[in-house]
Amino acid sequence: MRALTPPARDPAPSRLAYRFERLWLTPLFRKALLRGGPVLLIAALPGLWLTDADRREAFAGQLATLRHEIATRPEFMVKLMAIDGASPELDEDIREVLPLDFPVSSFDLDLEAMRETVIGLDAVRSADLHVRPGGILELTVVQRVPAVIWRSDNGLELLDRSGNRVAPLARRIARPDLPLIAGAGADRAVPEAMALIAVAGPVRDRLRGLVRMGERRWDVVLDRDQRILLPERGALETLERVIALDQVSDMLARDVRAVDMRNPARPTLRLAPGAVDELQRIRRLQAGANEG
Amino acid sequence: MTDLYQSQRAMRRMRQQAMERGVIAILDVGSSKIACLVLRFDGAAPAGGEGVAALAGQSRFRVIGAATTRSRGIRFGDIHAMNEAERAIRTAVQAAQKMARVRVDHVIACFSGANPRSYGLDGAIDLDEGQVGETDVARVLAACEMPPIGAGREVLHAQPVNFALDHRSGLSDPRGQIGNRLACDMHLLTVDESAVQNLVHCIKRCDLELAGLASSAYVAGISSLVEDEQELGAACIDMGGGATGLSIFIKKHMIYADSVRLGGDHVSLDISKGLQVPLATAERIKALYGGVVATGMDDREMIGLGGDSGDFERDSRTVSRAELIGIMRPRVEEIFEDVRARLDAAGFEHLPSRQIVLTGAGSQIPGLDGLAARILGQQVRLGRPLRVQGLPQSATGPGFAAAVGLCLFAAHPQDEWWDFDIATERYPARSLKRAVRWFKENW
Repeated sequence: MRALTPPARDPAPSRLAYRFERLWLTPLFRKALLRGGPVLLIAALPGLWLTDADRREAFAGQLATLRHEIATRPEFMVKLMAIDGASPELDEDIREVLPLDFPVSSFDLDLEAMRETVIGLDAVRSADLHVRPGGILELTVVQRVPAVIWRSDNGLELLDRSGNRVAPLARRIARPDLPLIAGAGADRAVPEAMALIAVAGPVRDRLRGLVRMGERRWDVVLDRDQRILLPERGALETLERVIALDQVSDMLARDVRAVDMRNPARPTLRLAPGAVDELQRIRRLQAGANEG
Repeated sequence: MTDLYQSQRAMRRMRQQAMERGVIAILDVGSSKIACLVLRFDGAAPAGGEGVAALAGQSRFRVIGAATTRSRGIRFGDIHAMNEAERAIRTAVQAAQKMARVRVDHVIACFSGANPRSYGLDGAIDLDEGQVGETDVARVLAACEMPPIGAGREVLHAQPVNFALDHRSGLSDPRGQIGNRLACDMHLLTVDESAVQNLVHCIKRCDLELAGLASSAYVAGISSLVEDEQELGAACIDMGGGATGLSIFIKKHMIYADSVRLGGDHVSLDISKGLQVPLATAERIKALYGGVVATGMDDREMIGLGGDSGDFERDSRTVSRAELIGIMRPRVEEIFEDVRARLDAAGFEHLPSRQIVLTGAGSQIPGLDGLAARILGQQVRLGRPLRVQGLPQSATGPGFAAAVGLCLFAAHPQDEWWDFDIATERYPARSLKRAVRWFKENW
């Protein structure tokens, strides 16, 4: 015999509980709540704390102080600048354009901007900036090497092989080893000028310089006011031809004012004013006529 | 009629959606308990290859949640108190969801009441072309003459059970075959419209989508009849709490279904009245000590009834088991006699094999098969539902025949009339015009 018990209370859920249970079993909702909920909470706490302006200000101040404390530690201080590969004048120029009062924190140095400034100098081809351990700001500079002297309206200037300005020059005689070019726009054609000067090797001792004519072609100026007018295109080959002619027939040593090669198909010689009479006299002599 | 066609097609669409999503709930709304199973379809192709799949296609799903609750607000398989029924459905669904740890949105339901009535229909058409096509099947189904099912009735199942092509009958699938005249037999099961609407409303109020409806007599037959019995002819008697459903199968199709509005609850009520004990106590002693065949031993086995009076010393009555059996047996006999009448009306004696399978929770009364053999016929056996994957041990008893059958029904639905496209000549001209207008507007 067994004791009889009343049936257990019916466990029907309320509509709300039922709906909530179904919502809870929805995978998207569940994931959003389980993963997104804590993230939202963690993000909301500091957000709520920062809503007050005073707190925000104090917090920003604290942050700034902390940053300053770290930045001014001796490990991060730069005490001097070492410049490699620069002439004494360039060294001075660089120190002038980089006004740093040491010691300064390496956090406050904008190395990229400083490098741009240094490269902005005419005489600097490239520069490297490093902060070395020990608080040394190391600046390695490659200088531009002057290749030609350019005489322009602004006076004499030194240019490197690619036509960049290196430095102004006071007098031509200060750098007698460098060739001279002149004329407007000559600095934009320095590589061609260098090639022409190299080709003109055999007449080097007579070469006075190159003149840029109308910003498009070169004249080679020799002493005795002799000129070789080169064409706009193929100047190098034309000059080679002229040099070859000179070596065969000694042309340039004669009384010629100009060798006009502007049209390479039709070379023209311009003789000196007395030379034409002299030539006709010689022709007559050769023909057997009597003098007088 | 078109309305029903549309709503059934909508339910079919819902079922396909649920299959794609992979989770569907099974709800057996009975008079004594409401069972809810949650199935997971993993979409794996059945191992059997073409034709009949391995394990009748049930290897495709797995039961991942199961819950049972005492049903309330349901009498004779019909809902008679909507709120109570809704609460009971909610309880079962929530518990099953909790076990499955997944939310279910689609539910397939079965119920035993609503006065099911069977009709056999036939129709025939001449084929335009020599070969039977999909549209011809739809046409022959549409050619079946609708019987007067009466006002307030709704078609629950309309299954083509047999096709005949010229003089060849018994075709299960005539498509692609050559012939001149196609005929079909259809089994139509109608139920009370209001009962269905009540159930639909209850399920809606639980925020669930209804993806199918079935008669519990039919689905109990699917799960508890073995294949041979379904093929050769058998009746399945699903003895529930408030109603006893019976379904007759032959050639793997249900050809008749009915229900008797008597069940286990009436037995309990008889015990309660006869022994003057509360209904819960009556239910309990029925389950623990019940029987239908008394022996001499039963006179000596005394059952304590307890008492609610609070005076345990005086109020401690006992009855012998023989007395209990004496109360139960007439009621069980009455149920069987009613069932017998229905079977006779259906012409069950003309079937080649007259196997009778008793299932449902009521079939667990000891000695029931002996009593049934006397009233219904010689070939009686007690049936238990098929085993399906993942079903908890507590849900494998005969009381879950309908729930398990509904699982099989969900995995392998029988072709119904509305599974075929509507025949073209049945389309109202209006909708054709609408289609033409749509094309004009959009192209």
